[in-house]
Amino acid sequence: MSEAEVVVRVPTILRTYTGGAAEVTVVDAANLAEVLDELDRQAPGIKGRILDDAGALRRFVNVYVGDEDVRFADGLKTVTPGGTHVSIIPAVAGG
Amino acid sequence: MTTISQQPIPAPLDGAPATTPGVLDFGPARGLVCRECGAEFELGAAYSCAECFGPLEVKYDFGAVSRERIEAGPLSLWRYSDLLPVPSNAANKLNLAPGCTKLIKADNLARELGMRSLWIKDDSGNPTHSFKDRVVAVAQAAARELGLGTLSCASTGNLAHAVAAAAARGGMKSVVIVPQDLEDGKIVSAAAYGGVLLAIEGNYDAVNRLCSELIGEELTADWGFVNVNLRPYYAEGSKTVGYEIAEQLGWRLPQQVVVPVASGALLVKVDKAWRELVATGLVESTDYRVFGAQATGCSPVAQAFEAGHDVVRPVKPDTIAKSLAIGNPADGPYALDVVRRTGGSFGSVSDEEIVEGIHLLARTEGVFAETAGGVVIATLQQQLASGTIDPDQETVILNTGDGLKTLDAIIGQVGPTATIPPDVAAVREALA
Repeated sequence: MSEAEVVVRVPTILRTYTGGAAEVTVVDAANLAEVLDELDRQAPGIKGRILDDAGALRRFVNVYVGDEDVRFADGLKTVTPGGTHVSIIPAVAGG
Repeated sequence: MTTISQQPIPAPLDGAPATTPGVLDFGPARGLVCRECGAEFELGAAYSCAECFGPLEVKYDFGAVSRERIEAGPLSLWRYSDLLPVPSNAANKLNLAPGCTKLIKADNLARELGMRSLWIKDDSGNPTHSFKDRVVAVAQAAARELGLGTLSCASTGNLAHAVAAAAARGGMKSVVIVPQDLEDGKIVSAAAYGGVLLAIEGNYDAVNRLCSELIGEELTADWGFVNVNLRPYYAEGSKTVGYEIAEQLGWRLPQQVVVPVASGALLVKVDKAWRELVATGLVESTDYRVFGAQATGCSPVAQAFEAGHDVVRPVKPDTIAKSLAIGNPADGPYALDVVRRTGGSFGSVSDEEIVEGIHLLARTEGVFAETAGGVVIATLQQQLASGTIDPDQETVILNTGDGLKTLDAIIGQVGPTATIPPDVAAVREALA
């Protein structure tokens, strides 16, 4: 992986957009919003499943940049340095 | 209405056949429906809406349901099979047969708190000593129906114990995944059944994330994560707490109930159970208020309630009540809806108050609760003091687990009254 690359882990229910791929690599994306833009360019329509009509993260999707839930960081403005892993995960819970 | 097949329904595996080959039998369940956008899906190992990520829940067409049919059923949660997403013969497959726990009339505690009528629904009496046996039993039935041979879960401890035991009893494999910092008792009790136990270097939310990421991997093709990809079925098992309370009260509903809140699912499902009982004519419609109990060190839902928010901002848990330590509770918004709709409230209590609550319940009723039970008792006291819980209304509180599971929380706080030689005079002196 080059220094400018960000690897996005795609949940099962969105892999119809990625041809079944579990991971997509994007480049030149400085923050999460840009990562999602680039992801959508490679997998058209996928962003609309992750963000609501107002452009905010949907209520039941969790996005992690590295180990950090972006809701604890800067949301869509969370920076994504090269080498970062981004995970998109449906929210579930229950101990 | 859109009907979308999220993934092919797996063919039954050898040794775990569906009731009728090729035809899934989930009893009265007719499909899965998104709680957010209403999109509908076929029954299968799916938990998240392909349209909006909303949680999926079971859609039913309840057939013949009657008090008589239930009362003639087994002394376990399977007596409510007509109201669950399980085959009618689920009780006949090897399982732990949980449920039908005691509803204890807590007159001593009521007197101490100045209440007129108080009951404890004591789910520490389940086979692995927590309410999680209920949800696992329903998820196990679903796993069998879907031909999945390995039961798995993300757990704060109680669920791991329940899954490992149910899998052992049912002749299935198990892989349970927990945070490494759990109480020793919970690690040991989950490991005792011989399945795989993975202790993860991270908190529960990290474990939960890992399990979500494992789904879709070839490694886990045969795994039913009871609280992830089997979650719609699993969560319905919690309804049986509500059904039992109503049946044990003589087919009626109490006026107030206090429920511990981790993911929020139990609170939501107790309310759902009571609404279903009213809708099917099994109980009369009477007003009730639902109260949620959280530890201050992990109180995202209580905080949202206090702030008047509809969404729950995740927190990083720091409390002795580890079975409630879910910082990002998926059912939190729905728990808020239920509490607001019924006119209830949320309480949050300190770790010190939790320990005092455990002592109070043990001292007055002979019930030794785990920390989650201490959270409930302390919340009951708090809400009585603030006037939100009415001491004159009939109240049910839930104890969801056994105190033996969380000895760490009170070790050092209780112990021998005195350590003395085996000598009558020494006893006299110690008791003087």
